[in-house]
Amino acid sequence: MHIDKDLVAASATPLVLAILAEGESYGYAILKRVRALSEGELEWTDGMLYPLLHRLQRLGYVTTEWRTPPEGRRRKYYAITDEGRAALADQQQQWVTVTRALNDVWPGSGAVLTALGEV
Amino acid sequence: MEGVESQIAEWRAYVACGPGVNGHDVDELEDHLRHQIAELSAAGLTADEGFLIAVKRLGDVDGLSREFAREHSGRLWKQLVLSGDDESARVASGWLEAFVFATGAAVAIQVARLAAGFPDEEPNWLARNATLFVLPFLAAYFARRRQLDPRQWLVTATPFVLAALVVNVYPWGVDSDTEALVILSLPVALWFVASYPYMGGTIRSHERRMDFVRFTGEWFIYYVLIALGGGVLMGLTAAILEPAGVDVEEIAAWVLPSGAAGAVVVAAWLVESKQRVVENMAPVLTMLFTPLFAVMLTCAAVVYAVTGLGGAFDRELVSVLDALLVVVLALVLYGMSAREPSTSSPGWMDGIQLVAVLSALVLDLMVLGAMIARIGDVGFTPNRTAVLGLNLVLLVNLAGAAWLSARFLTRRSTLHRLERWQTTYLPVFALFAASVVVVLPPLFAFE
Repeated sequence: MHIDKDLVAASATPLVLAILAEGESYGYAILKRVRALSEGELEWTDGMLYPLLHRLQRLGYVTTEWRTPPEGRRRKYYAITDEGRAALADQQQQWVTVTRALNDVWPGSGAVLTALGEV
Repeated sequence: MEGVESQIAEWRAYVACGPGVNGHDVDELEDHLRHQIAELSAAGLTADEGFLIAVKRLGDVDGLSREFAREHSGRLWKQLVLSGDDESARVASGWLEAFVFATGAAVAIQVARLAAGFPDEEPNWLARNATLFVLPFLAAYFARRRQLDPRQWLVTATPFVLAALVVNVYPWGVDSDTEALVILSLPVALWFVASYPYMGGTIRSHERRMDFVRFTGEWFIYYVLIALGGGVLMGLTAAILEPAGVDVEEIAAWVLPSGAAGAVVVAAWLVESKQRVVENMAPVLTMLFTPLFAVMLTCAAVVYAVTGLGGAFDRELVSVLDALLVVVLALVLYGMSAREPSTSSPGWMDGIQLVAVLSALVLDLMVLGAMIARIGDVGFTPNRTAVLGLNLVLLVNLAGAAWLSARFLTRRSTLHRLERWQTTYLPVFALFAASVVVVLPPLFAFE
């Protein structure tokens, strides 16, 4: 299934924030998680994740730290902040509202809300 | 594997050339690339194949660096005006444009000077209108450079026309204080008008507003440099020609006004095209002067907190203190705009800035106290009203800035909030300057 470019872009921020809410992570691992979560349906251009992460950092939603794991290369880790969690909660509200509206005009497609855990 | 290493190195060098991408970003991307290659190799691909796929997945370098540039507009502005290495080419093409507008300003001010008979006579209309002969050329220069549409040209021109009407139609009294205030405030108000074409009409964008703050600081540096060079040139010319019996003052009367007016546009052109020069210099200057001003302000705040502002109300002192406060605010604002955007954690410079802002706040409160007492004693005059207004405008700004930077230093807020506060506040300065020009004179019957 092809997912519209704008929709992918709009869902990127909540998705990344939600993944970081599970625990701190780094770029490549975040992308792998996105692929796993969407079962490969969400097609991101890998590189675009990084400007997004930097934007989240500037907005104060995530903090970053360069660390060198015992074996391996220096790597930049991202962790969500309280502000990031607040933004995530806000985004969740918005998506729930949107999907609820869509659900109401698409009779018989309750699956949208079920997927969000909101029946 | 060696082939891949050299390919990665090449890719790295290529990505690093993009606007808005810095070394750390490339490190991060390279880490990603290597992860992907390792995973694809584990799945049975050769390292070369893995490299190709990984690079493809990262996205095309132009699009990627554009995304980075959009996020880090502070870095982007380096490339906004010059694309990559062809700095000389851009400079050459923009040169003529700048020259035409600078000449326009130089001629306009010269005609006005001759009409006024300056410097033998010093009519007030010349002082009132002086910036109106110069800043429209700067605004037009930007309007052309940013390729504004006709509607935006009109928006740019309207405030200039209104200002010209106001300063020339108002019936100014003899030795009018409001007239003197207009002479001081009009350049500030018109400078903000020039921000509209500078920002290409996108005045709501906070990033572009910050760019304009940065531009203002750098323009000022260039202007001072040009003025110094011009001063040396004039001095030498005088030294050479005077023995030959040439009337040097007559020459200066011709050269100085035109030079000063033309330099306004030339400095703007230099900021736009020779960005890299000032970019190296400006952060160093702020690093140098912010601590010095912080020390000076702290001393001043302590001294005047102990002695009070003096029993007798000192007019000179109040204007000096106000000038000082404006300089400090300019320094803080510029320091903020010149900051590397990716360093979002507080450093020692932020502490020093907070000290400067707090001291300025103390001084501002003292001036305000003295002003209010004075107005209570002898009532409102145009000058007192303007000073009171200026100090209130500064007070709100400084208080907000102090509060937000204290929160930033204790990591309870972000730099972003602080920047937003300042860029949101910019129109207040513009409106204040404009109201001194437009509203204050009628309020006081042009006294």
